[in-house]
Amino acid sequence: MSGLLSSSLGRKLIMSVSGLFLMLFLTVHLGVNLLLMFGDGELFNHAAHFMGTNPAIKIMEPILAAGFIIHIIYASFITIKNQKARPVKYAVTKGNELTSWSSKNMYILGAMLLIFMVIHMANFFWKIKFGEMAQISYDNGLTYIDDTYSLVAGLFINYWMYDVLYIIGGILLGLHLSHGFWSAFQTIGWNGNVWIKRLEMIAKVFAVIVATGFSIIPLFFLFFK
Amino acid sequence: MNIKLKIWRQQNAKSKGRFETYNLNDVSPEMSFLEMLDYLNSTLIEKGEVPVAFEHDCREGICGCCGVYISGRPHGPESKTTTCELHMRSFKDGETITVEPWRSASFPVIRDLVVDRNAFDKIQQAGGYVSVNTGAAQDANALPIPKHNADEAFDAASCVGCGACVAACKNSSAMLFIAAKVSQFALLPQGKVEAEARVNRMVAKMDELGFGGCTNTRACEAECPKGISISHIARLNREFFVAKLKE
Repeated sequence: MSGLLSSSLGRKLIMSVSGLFLMLFLTVHLGVNLLLMFGDGELFNHAAHFMGTNPAIKIMEPILAAGFIIHIIYASFITIKNQKARPVKYAVTKGNELTSWSSKNMYILGAMLLIFMVIHMANFFWKIKFGEMAQISYDNGLTYIDDTYSLVAGLFINYWMYDVLYIIGGILLGLHLSHGFWSAFQTIGWNGNVWIKRLEMIAKVFAVIVATGFSIIPLFFLFFK
Repeated sequence: MNIKLKIWRQQNAKSKGRFETYNLNDVSPEMSFLEMLDYLNSTLIEKGEVPVAFEHDCREGICGCCGVYISGRPHGPESKTTTCELHMRSFKDGETITVEPWRSASFPVIRDLVVDRNAFDKIQQAGGYVSVNTGAAQDANALPIPKHNADEAFDAASCVGCGACVAACKNSSAMLFIAAKVSQFALLPQGKVEAEARVNRMVAKMDELGFGGCTNTRACEAECPKGISISHIARLNREFFVAKLKE
């Protein structure tokens, strides 16, 4: 194993594995969030309560944070190193038929997503974790749980600029994943002449589902609530 | 046809280069790009000016010498074409054509359009060979190799080491070059013997020489004059991680 993680391929492996882990998180996150659009909020509040109290999820929380931090630090490190490999730029550059815009701008997309994430966490995560949350009971006052639904609904109904911001966030995430998904598999070596077409297609479908899924929630509150 | 050329002129590795503009008239559309440069040079010599230095050898697309960056793309606008195979009919009359050398910290400019691609030789010398005794040529049936493997190995072996992959990559990554060399041997019985040591040494040398990392943009595959697929990079990654795990 000597020198695996200090080699350029090892560093990419870390990007790939952490990226795949974050995509798994995003899938769960989207699944829970989509419950916002069903019923009067009870379903979502129960899901949010489960996510906030389940011991397994509690254990995963610092691991998830580490996943984000590692992904961001390694991305920065790799990008700086890659920039140094071409000190003199070309005067004229043209694209080609295989290179996507996202693949060339993963770091910029990532940086914009990081800004979005900071705002997103200030909007919800911080308030849920450390703020005074309104309580709601669904069993005639026997137990009370946090009314997370009202927190989300309140933001999306009352502030249209947040709706726009979250839609942009969803689109940026979709663009990042449209390259990140298949690229992660390519880096770990799970690719070939047949699989590349499959992976690129799955990446596009996944990216569209994530982008649409996250963007549809603010639109739902804006127009139907 | 008449064309306008913007060509990078640089006296030596240490001097600061600049673009020079040349108007070239009566260029035949049937000329190859290198013949057009020969024609330009003959006009420069007639005027007592210093001709443009560019590298060339076979002029039939197999030596890998002639790579230059033409109007924003390695080897020019045509796909799966080396600069020597590119013809002036691929350009329009009156067009401005920008010609630059490969840009990479690992490929320093020697003069004008000529770069030092010695880094590729160093990577090749680090492991791109078979040193075990493979004996005399055997009957083909004695070494059964699946058709699929033979084809993939042949595709990888078609790499001419021109450096277009490095030139095209936004990170100046040499991954496609190394992937081709690793694949070529890893798929065949004679090469499998040293596969692990080979991939370890070649990747270590690549990192040492300052090439950037691969971010899977596929620019290398699009610009490779031999159309070598990034599936070979996936194989390189597999070979490397397996070799590291076994260490």
